[in-house]
Amino acid sequence: MTAALQVESLNRNFGALHVTRDVNLTLERGARRALIGPNGAGKTTLINLITGVLSPSSGRVLLNGDDITATSQAFRARRGLARTFQINQLFRGLTVLENIVMTIGERDGENNNLWRPAGAKRSVIDEALDHLQSLRLVDDALRLVRELPYGRQRLVEIAIALAQKPRVLLLDEPAAGVPSSESHLILDVVAGLDPDIAVLIIEHDMDVVFRFAKEITVLVQGAVFTQGTPDEIMANAEVRAVYLGEDGHAAAQKAGQRGGQHG
Amino acid sequence: MAVSNTMTAPAKPAASREEAASFLIKRHRFRAAEALPWLIAIAVYFIFPDRMTFGSQVLVMIMFALSLDLILGYAGIVTLGHAAFFGIGAYTVGLGAAKLGWTEPVSGLFAAAIVAGLVGFMTGWFLLRYRGLTLLMLTLATAIMLQEAGNLRSDLSGGYDGLPGLTFDPLFGKFDYDLYGHTYYIYALVALAVVFYVVRRIVYSPFGAALTGIRENVRRMHAIGSPVHGRLVMVYTIAAAIAGIAGALFTQTNAYVTLTVFDFDNSAKVMVMLILGGTGRLYGAFLGAAVYMILEDHLSKLSPTFWQFGIGLLLVLAVLFARRGLMGLIEDAAKFVAKRRQS
Repeated sequence: MTAALQVESLNRNFGALHVTRDVNLTLERGARRALIGPNGAGKTTLINLITGVLSPSSGRVLLNGDDITATSQAFRARRGLARTFQINQLFRGLTVLENIVMTIGERDGENNNLWRPAGAKRSVIDEALDHLQSLRLVDDALRLVRELPYGRQRLVEIAIALAQKPRVLLLDEPAAGVPSSESHLILDVVAGLDPDIAVLIIEHDMDVVFRFAKEITVLVQGAVFTQGTPDEIMANAEVRAVYLGEDGHAAAQKAGQRGGQHG
Repeated sequence: MAVSNTMTAPAKPAASREEAASFLIKRHRFRAAEALPWLIAIAVYFIFPDRMTFGSQVLVMIMFALSLDLILGYAGIVTLGHAAFFGIGAYTVGLGAAKLGWTEPVSGLFAAAIVAGLVGFMTGWFLLRYRGLTLLMLTLATAIMLQEAGNLRSDLSGGYDGLPGLTFDPLFGKFDYDLYGHTYYIYALVALAVVFYVVRRIVYSPFGAALTGIRENVRRMHAIGSPVHGRLVMVYTIAAAIAGIAGALFTQTNAYVTLTVFDFDNSAKVMVMLILGGTGRLYGAFLGAAVYMILEDHLSKLSPTFWQFGIGLLLVLAVLFARRGLMGLIEDAAKFVAKRRQS
């Protein structure tokens, strides 16, 4: 079976600065992979290369086996590659519902229509409301995004990505900027994602990483330092040295014990 | 940006699914208040029968401002060269009548729309890869280049003396041009109504929603798979065609055209009108163009040298106290009244 997403020896330079070095990464269908690494390791750059915001200096990106390296960001999105941003990128002056309806409209090609009223397709509105319902956002459907508290805006960010019906979903620190006391709602949503979607998550909270991910890729200075299962990463002394530190290790062990109890 | 301390739902009563859906379903429906500008336009015809030429000019500028609202107000494209398309429309009809003997007015409007739309499509394809200041300069340069081209071929365009004394056929072979411009007022009003209907359909369509998406957050639009450049070229072409129709009406109602239609003044003026009235609000074009033109008319009679001071003052006041333009003020007033009535 072809992998949902495959990154082959990807490189990117900014002048003399080599921010992405020979990265190989594979997401099988339904993958749950975490991408971790210290600040400045090039995690967001890698996401930008995969989604087409940046073009690589060399290397290939394959989506369901098709080479998409030379295609536009929008093309990749229409082919089922969705992402969330580390900093919210929302239509702040529009209502929450409009944000989702707009996304569905681009996915289905509805937005090519210049004549039919936007509200004429009930099925689109109902689908948008279903997405909002799954994130408990229906109450806010008619509020402008900019009027929402940041944590709820974060949920809209995820709702948009889900409304794209992606096959590959890249989550760039979904709980960033949200107080830890509230981030559980977002992380519950992430944990409950459709098992068919291949998910790559960038996250700093090791508790989340070890709970969610089945595979972990460690990125250091633009290159893949190592990858493996959470247990392997936890056991890797070098990773502990460069990245995890004592706190991370403690969290990892805690998560491991919890996993053991449930499993 | 403030990080909230609470994820709980707002105190505001929760919107049910049905409520939320009906907001989108009903949004495009005509409201009673929307009849007002049209009723006023018709009333003007009866109340000021001797000011019909001026009235037609106001209608022309409303149409011009409306075309700018599509790209500036909805898609967020900032241009200082929109007069290019107004001028192309004006000269399509002017040259057609002067050189080719094409004097039928209604088909002239279509011709102007097609020519201006084509130029809009071609320039838009190149220019709309840019945004912000770069785009501002490039659109400005486009209008100046067209004006200079006309100046180089003054044998055709008549240069800054223009093409005077154009004559057009009676409308539909029946209604002749009269000294007071009654016929042309009605003609311009009908043309505006048709154009307005088209613009309104577009604004409330899914395509129109995508335009506001581009205005609100272009990065997000790319990320959800929107062909942003294509959409911008499309709306730019439509706006150019409408500006062309406005230019054609301008030539027809005045029976002359000069190269001043391409002036930077003309591009700037239409933007000022729109901002004064309120961008992205459809009726902002109506209010802004009418208020600006009437004020200009009165002030220039009052003081032929200093009338622009009055316009400038109004603009400063609008920017300070009515950020969303006059329509914004009206919306606020309507909200205030509605609140009063509730309590």
